[in-house]
Amino acid sequence: MKYLRLVLANLGRHKLRTVLTILSVALALFLFASLRSVTTTLAATAQFGGARRLVALNATGLVFPLPLSYANRIKGMSGVTGVSWANWFGGRYGDGNTFFANFAVDPESYLAIYPEIVLPDSERKAFIQDRTGALIGKRLISRYGWKLGQNVTLQGTIFPGAWTFTIRGVYTPTDPAIGDDVLIFHHDYFDERIGRAGIAGWYIVEIDDASKAPMIAKSIDDMFRNSSSPTKTGTEREFQASFATMWGNVSFLMSTIGLAVVFAILLVTANAMMMSARERTGEIAVLKTIGFSDRLLFALTMVEAGALALIGAALGLGAAKILYPAINFNGAGFLPGFKVATSTLVIGALVALGLMLASGLVPAIRAARLPVVQALRKVE
Amino acid sequence: MALVEIRDVHKSFQREEQRIDVFTGLSLDIEAGSFTALMGPSGSGKSTLLNLIAGLDKPTRGTVRVNDAQVSAMTPGQLAAWRARNIGFVFQSFNLLPVLTAYQNVELPLLLTNLSGKDRDERVKIALDVVGLADRADHYPRQLSGGQEQRTAIARAIVADPTVMLLDEPTGQLDAKSSQEVLALLQRLNNEFNKTIIIVTHDAHAAERAKTTLHLEKGDLIEKPRSPAVAAVR
Repeated sequence: MKYLRLVLANLGRHKLRTVLTILSVALALFLFASLRSVTTTLAATAQFGGARRLVALNATGLVFPLPLSYANRIKGMSGVTGVSWANWFGGRYGDGNTFFANFAVDPESYLAIYPEIVLPDSERKAFIQDRTGALIGKRLISRYGWKLGQNVTLQGTIFPGAWTFTIRGVYTPTDPAIGDDVLIFHHDYFDERIGRAGIAGWYIVEIDDASKAPMIAKSIDDMFRNSSSPTKTGTEREFQASFATMWGNVSFLMSTIGLAVVFAILLVTANAMMMSARERTGEIAVLKTIGFSDRLLFALTMVEAGALALIGAALGLGAAKILYPAINFNGAGFLPGFKVATSTLVIGALVALGLMLASGLVPAIRAARLPVVQALRKVE
Repeated sequence: MALVEIRDVHKSFQREEQRIDVFTGLSLDIEAGSFTALMGPSGSGKSTLLNLIAGLDKPTRGTVRVNDAQVSAMTPGQLAAWRARNIGFVFQSFNLLPVLTAYQNVELPLLLTNLSGKDRDERVKIALDVVGLADRADHYPRQLSGGQEQRTAIARAIVADPTVMLLDEPTGQLDAKSSQEVLALLQRLNNEFNKTIIIVTHDAHAAERAKTTLHLEKGDLIEKPRSPAVAAVR
């Protein structure tokens, strides 16, 4: 502690440089935490899915629908306890530039299959009973200041026109991967308005035993293999993972950018430390003359580098940890449950430690090995 | 036994292809409580001798003993600890740390001791008082005059009560008045506090304040000391 004043005095020598270096480290670690959180959120989303839920899609691709008539046939299969269906809608709100996830579902069966969607019974009933009713996530309520009973109009993109819904319920997801900024509405209403009745985007199939999932999935696909719309069925987790793998390269890109940013900042910090050490060659020689040992000067230089890195890390990681929940960030609905995980903070702290070692080591070794007589000759 | 014993010291430097012999068998004794001025032209080896006594440099051959410790045989780690206890060094260009106040600069050598904060405070205040700068404790070097800076450096050199004070051209950057103040202070430290002082100087007035003057030329002592406190063996 008695050396703290010396360390602080040295850090305060060029206040602007010190502040800028700390801010550089803070920015680097903020970006690192943000980019890594995107990949961890995507990974967490890919892990979402009940073990007893299967998803059946059109084997040709997600954008191709399946006949609604499949529902009863699947329901009749052995081991199947429930079936629901949904269709991506893709409407935009307001001036057409505001987007959040929205899709048509079969209300009763959908809410029964997804117990993670929690809402009061009265609102559940009101939503099920109102053909033009909508159920929205709690984030949308706070974001747009909507109220129960209010009409909300979406502009259809895939399915053109103005679609007006009445808010009948607000749900809170118990699993963040579900997302709390989604609007769902009646599939019946959707089916009726698009003029192409009897289609579903995908089926969600509830089964009685998770161990039967591969067998039942195969049975579903076998059943429709020779139809005009063959299916591709898998567990819900596989379904989520397939979305996440669509982000695969993005995740890689983000990781690469994150590392590149950290490396660039490392060079900035190392340069600042080196400049600082070079400017103080004479002072280090004087301290050695007074009796400061090589080891002590090494330690003091490392503490300086550590202070820069750790203060920067605390600011950057702390900002990421506090800022995103404060603004309820979820990547415009593409990153439901976005959060800066503890593992990201730990890795960020380790990165800061590495930054400290990499930026402090060379000046610290130089300080320790500085030949006093030559250094003094330059000063004198 | 002399406080400083230099025996058959050789010191040479390699400058590119050329070998420069600074000392070729220098021997010298300096007694405790003496005030010695080392004079001589540039390149005569004055500062090198000071560096050898302080353990900042090592002789190519021969031994340097200070207060019965063989300085020339110590490791860098041992030397640092030894210097902290035994050497008070003052430079021509003061070399105060600009980011620290006069008080904090003077406190530096005490950070290397086990003294409590209270004891350090007491000692720093005494040292600043001795050099007449008690009222400048909170001033940064840039807020002090040259003479005040050098007196602060002297306070830093005496605060840990070292065995020997070594001063390399301490008045080299001072005006006449400040020089006289600094020299008077050194004389006082020698007379009143019995500090052993070795000063390198070009200034004859500065040398007059010393009890003994040694002249170095091309690494040799060419004049006998004026006082029995210093005995040039060679």
